[in-house]
Amino acid sequence: MAIATREEIFEKVQTTLVDALGVDEDEVSGESTLTGDLGAESIDFLDIVFRLEKNFNIKIPRGDLFPENLLSDPQFVSGGKVTAKGLEELRAKMPWANFDRIGDEPSVQDLFTVDMIVNYVETKLGN
Amino acid sequence: MRWLWIDKFLEFRSGEFAKAVKNVSMAEDQLRDHFPGYPVMPSSLIIEGMAQTGGILAGEAQDFKNMVVLAKLSRVDLTDIALPGDQLTYETKIVELRDEGSVVEAKAFVNGRPLATAEIAFGHVDRSAGSELLNNRYESYRQDMMHVLGVPQRTAT
Repeated sequence: MAIATREEIFEKVQTTLVDALGVDEDEVSGESTLTGDLGAESIDFLDIVFRLEKNFNIKIPRGDLFPENLLSDPQFVSGGKVTAKGLEELRAKMPWANFDRIGDEPSVQDLFTVDMIVNYVETKLGN
Repeated sequence: MRWLWIDKFLEFRSGEFAKAVKNVSMAEDQLRDHFPGYPVMPSSLIIEGMAQTGGILAGEAQDFKNMVVLAKLSRVDLTDIALPGDQLTYETKIVELRDEGSVVEAKAFVNGRPLATAEIAFGHVDRSAGSELLNNRYESYRQDMMHVLGVPQRTAT
């Protein structure tokens, strides 16, 4: 199979999110945040993982794409904001993600973006 | 009153497929107000029946070590109605099953005719995270109801 381009991956991720979250295609851009912009709730993250596995034929271990356990740890998240320690941990756990755009103490709901999923899938597909 | 919207399992293949039956009876309270003079089985309770069929299937597949909680209806299509005297059957198939959650495809039939389809997601909550009271209630419910509903007993391995 030919290696998928970033644009192809994005389109498939977009379809995945339209199906999982019931949003319109034009609402899903690379910069959209899953929780803040697209209204994803905790069960949606699992649903998204299931759909990505099926749509891309990849395996996503628990906590690999969305390290939710980390976000329920008070030393990493306080008052809905990710602490400096939390951000450090996220950078280590999610090398594919770019957290530079979100400042020093990002709110949890701004954390995960569509681009992050695209980056992750790219890594998984070996691009 | 028990919050149970299936009467019995007709078929149960662990970790794969379950089929349950629900007979709609005029004696049921919900038909008094839904609707006065024109009793119709509420679609929300048909969905609940599909979810219970699938939820027990998912719970049993992991030997009920987790509490299975209805978390999301990704898609539901209802194309018909059910009236007192009708027989509903619910068929559910596991499409995803993990420690932290599961997804089932569900179909409902009324007297053998297609009535609804749905995709249902469940969150799995580790029972050790719950209170003792909740756990005890869950355990007695599980033991009573699995027998009554006809879920086959697991053989010890």
